[in-house]
Amino acid sequence: MELNRRETLALGLGAAAVMALPVRFAAAATGEEMIAAFTGGAAVTEGGVTVTAPEIAENGNTVPVAVSSEGAVAIMVLAMGNPTPGVATFTFGEGAGAHAASTRIRLAGTQDVVAIAKMADGSFARGAATVKVTIGGCGG
Amino acid sequence: MADGVKPRVKAPATAKAGEAVVLKTLISHVMESGQRKNKDGSLIPRSIINRFTCEFNGTMVVDVEMHPAISTNPYFEFEAVIPATGELKFTWYDDDGSVYNDAKTVTVA
Repeated sequence: MELNRRETLALGLGAAAVMALPVRFAAAATGEEMIAAFTGGAAVTEGGVTVTAPEIAENGNTVPVAVSSEGAVAIMVLAMGNPTPGVATFTFGEGAGAHAASTRIRLAGTQDVVAIAKMADGSFARGAATVKVTIGGCGG
Repeated sequence: MADGVKPRVKAPATAKAGEAVVLKTLISHVMESGQRKNKDGSLIPRSIINRFTCEFNGTMVVDVEMHPAISTNPYFEFEAVIPATGELKFTWYDDDGSVYNDAKTVTVA
């Protein structure tokens, strides 16, 4: 997805309006930074990664999440709205039966769960799922 | 070492050669995120399991890098290819340096 200057500015303004809290804004930036660190700045294509998560999670302390991506060597999972966005990075070895894994994660509030897959050919793909959280799972 | 850490693994006892089997692992651990505060208002220090690996006869199946957003009692479900009779080794690495192990033997009939 190519963004021109005007669209980028509009996106930035929208994001700033939504995330009134400066702490949240900083956390979101870190999520993007983590993606950049994982991909090494390479382009990420949309699709090719399936993130399975409930639409509504009553308890943010334990939200079942499954990720899968055909031909992926590694999948990084991020919770973009958490104080620390990193969740887990799955690296699949030669003995892996499927390029898929599921686990249970904590979500601080309603947010997108993003998965970035590193493919065997060195390209990167992205998938996401939005989870509505009734009670957050990070204390406080 | 944190108290009451007990790994549990569910793996089939037998498999066909080359079959992909589903493995389910659970380990009891508080996974203190480092975000919570105690009654005094001071932060409870982070104490989590930061890495989990599964190997079959020395071949890496999955290597998971874990962050504080993984829930209490970390649970993982994934698949492994079983080419021949052998042992699945599961290893969890704690922040405090402890290492927890479990192993399951899978027989190819």
